[in-house]
Amino acid sequence: MPLEVHFEKKLPSYTLCADFSAEEEPLAILGPSGSGKSMTLRCVAGLEHPDRGTIALDGRTLFDSNQRIGIPARRREIGLLFQHYALFPHLSVAENIAFGMKASSGADRGVRVRRLLSDVHLEGFENRLPRELSGGEQQRVALARALAIEPQALLLDEPLSALDTFLRSQVEQQLILTLAQFRRPALYVTHTMEEAYRIAPKILVLSKGKVAAFGSREQIFRHPPTLEVALLTGLKNFSRTRVVSAGKIEALDWNCVVCCDVEASTRPAYVGIRAHHIRFASSPDEANCANTFPCWLVRTSEAPFRVTVYLRLHSPEGEHHHLQAEITKENWLHLKDQPQPWRVLLPPIDVLVLAS
Amino acid sequence: MATDLSPVWLSLETSITATIITLVLGTSAALWRAHRRGIGPAFIDGIFLLPLVLPPTVVGFILLVIFGRNGPLGRLLLHFGATVVFSWPATVIAAAVVSFPLMYLSVRAALEQLDPALLQAGRTLGASEWRIFRRIALPLAWPGILAGTILAFARALGEFGATLMLAGSIPGKTETIPIAIYISVEAGEMHQAIVWSLIDVSISLAMIAGMYYWTHLQNPRAQAAHR
Repeated sequence: MPLEVHFEKKLPSYTLCADFSAEEEPLAILGPSGSGKSMTLRCVAGLEHPDRGTIALDGRTLFDSNQRIGIPARRREIGLLFQHYALFPHLSVAENIAFGMKASSGADRGVRVRRLLSDVHLEGFENRLPRELSGGEQQRVALARALAIEPQALLLDEPLSALDTFLRSQVEQQLILTLAQFRRPALYVTHTMEEAYRIAPKILVLSKGKVAAFGSREQIFRHPPTLEVALLTGLKNFSRTRVVSAGKIEALDWNCVVCCDVEASTRPAYVGIRAHHIRFASSPDEANCANTFPCWLVRTSEAPFRVTVYLRLHSPEGEHHHLQAEITKENWLHLKDQPQPWRVLLPPIDVLVLAS
Repeated sequence: MATDLSPVWLSLETSITATIITLVLGTSAALWRAHRRGIGPAFIDGIFLLPLVLPPTVVGFILLVIFGRNGPLGRLLLHFGATVVFSWPATVIAAAVVSFPLMYLSVRAALEQLDPALLQAGRTLGASEWRIFRRIALPLAWPGILAGTILAFARALGEFGATLMLAGSIPGKTETIPIAIYISVEAGEMHQAIVWSLIDVSISLAMIAGMYYWTHLQNPRAQAAHR
């Protein structure tokens, strides 16, 4: 693999154990705040030094605690896009981009700066100062500057987090195109699961400094190994469990037995279902299917095109909800006129079986 | 009134030389100290700042002990046939020592306010530490360095106590404006004292005006407005 990262670093509240490799494509590093994502990038970039382990890029050792190798950041040829861009405020856009270019003739530099600027759709911005640019423009200048050193790998530290939502999706599309053209290892740190999924074919999930999951994005979202990873990938409904028999699990928090398609080889600690997988039985046929339970509405939360309904199972009494389901507006308009109890359906194929 | 202008030239030569020395030493010390933690650096900080809090006469006395015939540095210099005490270099040393803390504090504050991400960005872009200092840290810390330079120059220009202790008041050799004023007043030559004072005020005002004008030219926002 082009980028091999295997190291440990002691941090104030936990020990960061980064253990992964990246191919010549984007790899998303997903995790909550303080999970060690940024520190991992900083160690790869050479701005911080691990306590133990190795980091290698294309077979070139960048760090090795046993051989006492620690290549300084300036010789690693790794581009880093900072969360707040870190553009040099006193230098023009062109000077910022040219800052890291290898020594070459002045005219050639100008041509290359112009080409990089046109790659990020900022033609004619050469003489502006960073303060005269919008957040999205600053982000793209920072990207052009990181690419100007012709890096062997690119590290992006939550590059969209400082942008407002409206701008974010636009800049994100641009970033996906740029990363597709880069064809080198690119580590993309984010705490947003949708962003991770859209940006990278493979995802590394970090939690308290440990690798909680590492694999293709489909695998991570379809079969999260643990409750923690499931929650990070947006799981809303989960329950503690007790195994009854093969394919049948008792959900202790939901007071029911749930059928699932997965053979639970190890003892599952939790069972879960994503909010958008929950359905409602409309016909009597469906009402007799497996995993169909009576439910009552506790409350709703409406978004422009979708509605989240909070449901209580088995009895209408009680204040807290057991499940939250996300359904389209159309389905909601149909459902809300039906007499309660409704019949909630948890499709066995969508039931997640999770380790603790 | 025929006036010997030597105290003016002496004061300017002394202050400018002392300011250049503190600029180099103060900036180096601040660079070393910025972003460094621990007991050692904190202890050295105390020594760096001592001239600011000690009475100038005490500073002068300590310098006299160090550079005197029996002092450690004085004896070393005597070995090479040089004496510092009661010579022009003594006025420079006294002025440099008392103005050093002001330069050091200003530059250090300016460097510590720099966003560390900017320096790190420079490193990931392949720049050497010297290039990062010259192209990023120095231009961005410039207002602080300039402020330190003005303060240090003003302090050097007004230096009296330590200078009198270490350099004495030899007309044409170590008699700077503040000392000339003191001697004039002591001799009852009030007119002479007023002339020196007015010259001192003019130099200070011209210096501050020049520095402000220069800062304005260096300011990126002002540059942007001219574009």
